[in-house]
Amino acid sequence: MFDLNNPSAFTRRRFLAHGLTLASAAVTVPAFLQRSVLGLPQPAPGMTSIPGVPEERIVVVVQLSGGNDGLNTVVPYQEAAYYKSRTSIGIPAGRVLKVGDEVGLHPTMTGFKDLYDQGLLTIVQGVGYPNPNRSHFKSMDIWHTADTTATGDGWLGRYFDSQCCGYGAGESGQAPTKQAKAAAKIDNTQIGIAMGREAPLAMRGRSIQPIAFESADLFRWTGSAEEKSLTKYYDKLTKASAQEVAAGMRETNSDFLGRTALDAQVSSDLIRKAVATKPTTPYPGGNPLADQLRMVASMIHAKLPTRVYYVTLGGFDTHAGQGGENGNHARLVGQFAAAVKAFYDDLKAQRNDTRVLSMVFSEFGRRVGQNGSGGTDHGTAAPMFLIGPMVKAGVSNKHPSMTDLDSGDLKHNVDFRSVYATVLANWLKGDADAILEGKYMRAPVLKA
Amino acid sequence: MIPAPLKSDAVPTTSVAPIAPKAFGLDHARHLLWRAGFGASPAQVRTVAGWGLDRSLDYLINFDKVKDEPVEASLFRSDIIRPPTPEERELNRRAQRERDEDTLAELRLRRQQAEREDREQMKKLQQWWLTKMVETSRPLQEKLTLFWHGHFATSYRTIEDSYHMFAQNRLFRKHAAGSFADLLGGIIKDPAMIAYLDNNDSKKNKPNENLARELMELFALGVGNYTEQDIKEAARALTGYTFKDDEFVLEKNNHDTGSKRILGRTGNIDGDEFVAILLAHPACSTFLATKLYRFFVHDYPTGDTPFDNAAKLVISDMAQRLRATRYNVGKTLDALFRSEHFYSPAIMNQQIKGPAQMVVGAIRSMGVPPRDISVLSDAAERMGQTVFAPPSVKGWDGGRSWVNTSTMFVRQNLMVFLLTGRRPQGKDGLADRENFQGALLLAGLADTYPEAKTGKTPDMLTALLRFTVGTPTPAGRPVLEEYLADTGNTITPENLTDLMMLVTALPEYQLC
Repeated sequence: MFDLNNPSAFTRRRFLAHGLTLASAAVTVPAFLQRSVLGLPQPAPGMTSIPGVPEERIVVVVQLSGGNDGLNTVVPYQEAAYYKSRTSIGIPAGRVLKVGDEVGLHPTMTGFKDLYDQGLLTIVQGVGYPNPNRSHFKSMDIWHTADTTATGDGWLGRYFDSQCCGYGAGESGQAPTKQAKAAAKIDNTQIGIAMGREAPLAMRGRSIQPIAFESADLFRWTGSAEEKSLTKYYDKLTKASAQEVAAGMRETNSDFLGRTALDAQVSSDLIRKAVATKPTTPYPGGNPLADQLRMVASMIHAKLPTRVYYVTLGGFDTHAGQGGENGNHARLVGQFAAAVKAFYDDLKAQRNDTRVLSMVFSEFGRRVGQNGSGGTDHGTAAPMFLIGPMVKAGVSNKHPSMTDLDSGDLKHNVDFRSVYATVLANWLKGDADAILEGKYMRAPVLKA
Repeated sequence: MIPAPLKSDAVPTTSVAPIAPKAFGLDHARHLLWRAGFGASPAQVRTVAGWGLDRSLDYLINFDKVKDEPVEASLFRSDIIRPPTPEERELNRRAQRERDEDTLAELRLRRQQAEREDREQMKKLQQWWLTKMVETSRPLQEKLTLFWHGHFATSYRTIEDSYHMFAQNRLFRKHAAGSFADLLGGIIKDPAMIAYLDNNDSKKNKPNENLARELMELFALGVGNYTEQDIKEAARALTGYTFKDDEFVLEKNNHDTGSKRILGRTGNIDGDEFVAILLAHPACSTFLATKLYRFFVHDYPTGDTPFDNAAKLVISDMAQRLRATRYNVGKTLDALFRSEHFYSPAIMNQQIKGPAQMVVGAIRSMGVPPRDISVLSDAAERMGQTVFAPPSVKGWDGGRSWVNTSTMFVRQNLMVFLLTGRRPQGKDGLADRENFQGALLLAGLADTYPEAKTGKTPDMLTALLRFTVGTPTPAGRPVLEEYLADTGNTITPENLTDLMMLVTALPEYQLC
C-alpha cells in the first residue's frame, strides 16, 4: 500500500498498475499528475514547493485589448486642457466618480468606485515606456515580453522558468537542463490558465506551457459530445497510451504524446468540474469579462493550484463614435468595472480575496485630442489598476501633464516594468531584476 | 514487413547507403509520402509502393514535370497597399499645413479602409495556401515552400502587406527544390523580408543591422560563426537594398560603396557578394543540412537536445552533398529519401505532425470531406501555426513545441470535425453535414493491404492502424478491440466514423 499524501510515493507505473480512476476527484489524482497538470508541485503537508513563496498567492491579469482610452477612464476633470481637446467626448466634471483630489472615474464605473472606497483599488497614473510604439501588435508584444524590442519569452513565462529551473537571461539564455527540471520536480508543468483561444505571449516561457481555453466546453474531446458511448473507450485509450518511461531511457515523442494526452484529459475533468459549480455571488449577465472571471473564481474556489490566470476584454480600439458619458466606451469600462467588482465579491464570500491580486493593463492609451470621427487614435501612457486587499489603495503617481505633450501624446512618468517588478518581487517573491533583465524602480503599489 | 512499435531505446541506423529496391514496400511508401508531402490515400500508397523508389522520387522531386495549377502573380491584388499618389501626397501636405482636420480624417479613413481590405486578402491568402496543399499534385513543392517559409520566417503582422507575403511565397515555390544559393540571393531583394527586417531603413552612414544579423545567425551560418564586427560590416554591404511599391530597388545614394571586411574577405562588397561569402563559408552547408534534417527526418525534442551519432553522420553527408551540387536541395533530398537511415524504425512514425500537416494530411489520406476551409485555417492557428504569420524571425520551433494540453484537444477535435462535421461549438448547420465516405476508405485498404483481404476484423484493424498510425500495435489497440467486441465485432462503413474518432484520438496519430 502506498501513501496518498506522500507525493514521492507515486510513479506513473505504480499509478497505472493500481488503476486509480482519473476522473474521480482531485484528491485521488496522483501527485505526479497534479504537478504536471495544473500547478506547481503540490507541497507535502507543511512544506512549500518553492522555498519562501507562499503557495496560496494568485495573480489575475486583466488585459483590455485595443488600447483603452485612459483619459476617459480616469478623468483629469480639473484640467481645462482636457475639455479643450475633447469637445464632444469629454466627461463633464460634475458626472465623474471622484477618487482622490484630482481625478474621477468614468460615471459607468460604479463597481470600481466601490472597490476604491473599500480600499481594494490602486490607480497607477501615467504608465508607459520609452519611445512608445503605436501598433497594437507591437505594443502588446512589448507589454507581454516586458521588452521594448518586443522579443523574447513572456514575462510571466520567464517568472515560471525562474521558479522551476533557474532563469537564463533572455533569448540568448540557456534552456533549463533536465537535471534542473528534475530537481525542481517539474514536469512540463502547466502553471497558468488563460481564458482565450490561445495562451498569451506573456505566459509563454521555456519550460512551461499554460493551459488556454475559451470555455470549459471547448476544453475537452468533442467525440464525447458526438457519440456519448465513446467516452469510456476514449478514457481507457488515453490511459493505456500513457506509458512509463523506463529509468535511464529517453522519452520518445510517442511517450511524450501519451503523457500529454493524459494530462489534457485529467486537467479537462478537473477544470470542467470546477467551473460547473455555481458562483457564491451573482455576476452581471451579457458581460464577457464577467463570464471569464466567474470561471476563474470557481477554479480558485475548487482549489486548483494554478498561480496565474489571464483574462481579456476586447473592443477598446475606439477610433470612431467612442461616445462620452454614454456610448461605446462608456459601456466597455462599465462592463469591465462591474465584472471586477463581482469577482472580488465572490472571492470575499469564498474567503479567498486576500490570496488574489489582479492587475489591469492595456497596450496603450489614446491621443489627448479627439479625432474628426468622434473617436480617439492610438496614443501612449495610460493608467494601470491593481486590485485586492494587498494593494496600497488610492491614486498613485502624478497624472501626466495635459499641456506638456509629446506631439499630441501624454508623456509617461512610470515605466510599466516598475509595476511588474513590484508584483514579481513583493507578491510572487521572484527575482524581478533577473526576470525583467534590468533594475526597475519598485512602484509602491502594494502594502509592505 | 509490419513495423513493430518503437522501443524507447531504439537507435536509428547510421547508414546513408540506399535501401535495397526490394525493401521498399507499403510502409516505406507511406512514410515517404507523409514526410515528403502531406500524407496519402491507400491508393496513392499502393501506387508509390508499386512504382518503387526511382520512379517515386522522380515524381516527387522533379515536380516541374508534374502538371499543377500555376500560381500566377495576378492571383491576388497588388494594389490594396500601395504608395500614395502624388495627388494624395500633396493633399496630405496641404492638410497638415493648414491643420485641416476633416481632410486628415478622410485620409486616415481611406488608409484604414485599405488596411482592412488587406487583412481580408491576407485571410484569403492563408486559406488559398491550405487549399493548395490539400489539392496539389506536387506535394514536395508545397512541403518545401512551407519549409522555406519557416526558414526565412517573415510575418504579415509586422509588414502588413498581403501582396508582399504572396510574392515571397512565389519566390519560395520557384526555388523550392532548386538551389539554396538562388533563394539566399533572392531573399535580400525580397520586399517582404526587407520590410520585416527593417532593411528599407538601412542607409549609408546609418546602417540597420537586422537583416545582416539574421542572414548570418538564422538563415545561413548559425551562432558562433561570425563576430559582431562582421555584422556591422555586412550591414554596410546591404545599405540601400530596399523596394519601391512591389519591386526591389538598389538606391545608389544610400548604398555604402566603401571597403568592408566580412568574414575575412575585404573589398567593396555588395549584397550579392555578401551572399556569395556566406555560401562559401564552411558552416553554411552544415547549417542548412541541419535544418533540413530536423524538418524531414527527426524533430529533436528541443533545441538543447544534442544530436545522436547517426544524425550527425547523416547531416554531414547531406552537407557534403549540398556543397557538391552548388546547394541543390532536390538532389540532396533525393539521396536522403533513399537512405537506410531515413527508413529505420527509430525514424519512421516518430515525427510530430505540424498543424498544417495535421489538417492537410487528414484530408489527403482519409478522404474526409474538406469541409469549411476557414474552420481548418482557424484550427491550424489554434494549434500554433498561422501561415504567413510565424511567431518570430526564428520561425516555428516544431517538434514537441506544437503539443501541449490545450493543443492536444484542438488536434483531436479537428479530427472529430473532419469526420463528423461537429465543431466544438456544435454541429454546423449546412455545409458540414456531408458524410465521411467510410466505404471508400475501407475499399482502399482492402485493395492495398494484403491482410485486409481476409475480411476478418482483427486483420482489418491491423490494416487500418498500419495506414492511419503507421503501426498495427499502438498501445491503445486492446481498447479498440474492446470497442469492436462491444459493438458487433465488425468494421463497416456505418461504424467506421466512430472507430476513426477513437483511432485519431490515439497519441500515435499525432505522429508521422
